Amino acid sequence: MSTKEQFVASAPPEVTAGIGGMSDATLTGEVKAQVEHLNFYYGKHSALKDISMEFHANKVTAIIGPSGCGKSTLLRCFNRIHDLYPETRYEGKIVLQPSGMNIIGPETDPLEMRMRVSMVFQKPNAFPKSVFENVAFGLRLRGVSGKALSEQVERSLRSAALWDEVKDRLRQSAYQLSGGQQQRLCIARALATDPEMLLFDEPTSALDPIATAKIESLIFELKREVTVVIVTHNMQQAARVSDYTTFMYLGELIEVAPTKKMFENPSNKLTEQYITGHFG
Amino acid sequence: MADFSGIIRKRKRQDFIFNIIGILCTLVGILTLGALLFDLIADGVGRLNWTFLTSFPSRFADRAGILSSWVGTLLIMIVTAFAAVPLGVSAGVYLEEYARKNWLTNLIEINIANLAGVPSIIYGLMALGLLVYQFRLGQSILTGGLTLAFLILPIVIVATREALRTIPQGIREAAYALGSTKWQVVRHHLVPYSMGGTMTGIIIALSRAIGETAPLITIGALTFIAFLPPPPISTQPPFVSADWLQSPFAVLPIQMFNWVSRPDQAFVTNAAAAGIVLIVVTLLLNAVAIMIRYRVRKRIKW
Repeated sequence: MSTKEQFVASAPPEVTAGIGGMSDATLTGEVKAQVEHLNFYYGKHSALKDISMEFHANKVTAIIGPSGCGKSTLLRCFNRIHDLYPETRYEGKIVLQPSGMNIIGPETDPLEMRMRVSMVFQKPNAFPKSVFENVAFGLRLRGVSGKALSEQVERSLRSAALWDEVKDRLRQSAYQLSGGQQQRLCIARALATDPEMLLFDEPTSALDPIATAKIESLIFELKREVTVVIVTHNMQQAARVSDYTTFMYLGELIEVAPTKKMFENPSNKLTEQYITGHFG
Repeated sequence: MADFSGIIRKRKRQDFIFNIIGILCTLVGILTLGALLFDLIADGVGRLNWTFLTSFPSRFADRAGILSSWVGTLLIMIVTAFAAVPLGVSAGVYLEEYARKNWLTNLIEINIANLAGVPSIIYGLMALGLLVYQFRLGQSILTGGLTLAFLILPIVIVATREALRTIPQGIREAAYALGSTKWQVVRHHLVPYSMGGTMTGIIIALSRAIGETAPLITIGALTFIAFLPPPPISTQPPFVSADWLQSPFAVLPIQMFNWVSRPDQAFVTNAAAAGIVLIVVTLLLNAVAIMIRYRVRKRIKW
């Protein structure tokens, strides 16, 4: 059974209708990662139950759902950050294209996955170093130095729409920046290493509306460069920034669809109830 | 309307009474310390002068000084710091960041906390058996420094771990998410960010070690020593020498102990003067610790 068939089999009919018009070639060309029968366990607790879906290249995919539904858990599989903690276990596959690497395979080095897939966290977590060193750290790990380093730092800060605000204080501590600036600094840090995917774990939940708006428009821009996955509590945010939306509930994937369709005409009763605010 | 005034007055009186009790309890501590300090200064300050700091001990109280004992204290502290800091910090980092959490590490953890409470003379006995008799390091500065290093090792380990624990998990995750190895996270992030807390712990531990007497007497520190250890740097090749490590030594608290136990009142005055020096050094060390903590807290706010 091909990956596409698996996806089609496990996805609700409306989703397959949405992408059914594309030829196989365009579909594989567009897919950045395939999740196949992913199960994830914290000790004995099963946090993700048989998730299968696809993430499209250069698109923003939002993952929504009530607290504890496993959306962050799913996101954190993509850079193997779960490996930092004891008693965590993956089953299934997450295939990263075009290389075909299985992100969660035992043969895959988590270090390599983290070098290919970057992450921006819920709370701005800039290092207590200078603005420059924050962005440079990931590059230094890869052996970049000298002129190339400063060029790449500048480019990343520009991509994160932060350059104009910090260009005169690159040597100052990152902790002198505002919360929103710190979060954009974290985005610049994540972008600096040219990741294949960029993961956002509720990136604006600690920020005020103006800083949130800036980050949202930034995410919208970023998809030209990189495949974006964003976990959010905020359904309006998902509607604003994403191309595809995934709804999760109690560790299960309930529905995945183009965002417009998901919010206007969800195919699953549960999704509809969540989106209209009946629970969650 | 109910009349609350009676009950309010009663409760305010309770408040007032405890306030007084609290002040009295605080004063007991502060006044005792103040009286001790005052007494020490009144006794010893007249004896403090340059000659006192630069003379060897003597049979004559007015000619006796603390040169050999403060040099001994200084050298012992250097050995202690050089032994305890790398060992303690590495062990702390290992236990906090590398070791798996299981019953064995829990056991080690509990025992390290217990070690910090072991009476210091026990360390002296251990050092006498192990360092002096077994390893034949002699009754030397090296032995003394290592003994005190064992003594403060648990404090340094605990301080390192506490300092590492104040670093938010988000910082670790951010560093790992960029593809760092554990060592890179430790080396470039955790150790630098916890330096303030670790340094404070180290200095507090050293200021405890500097006043230790019992373990050093146990391993055979001298109370009367009229020469200095060979200098570590010389004008002849090979210019540096580690001979001072093998030298016998005296330290300030032992010198004080020796003087206090003499019948001649003039020696007791000497002891008070040496006590002032010891207290000033300890207070200076604590001041440095507070300064480091203050500066780091200003730079790093989680």
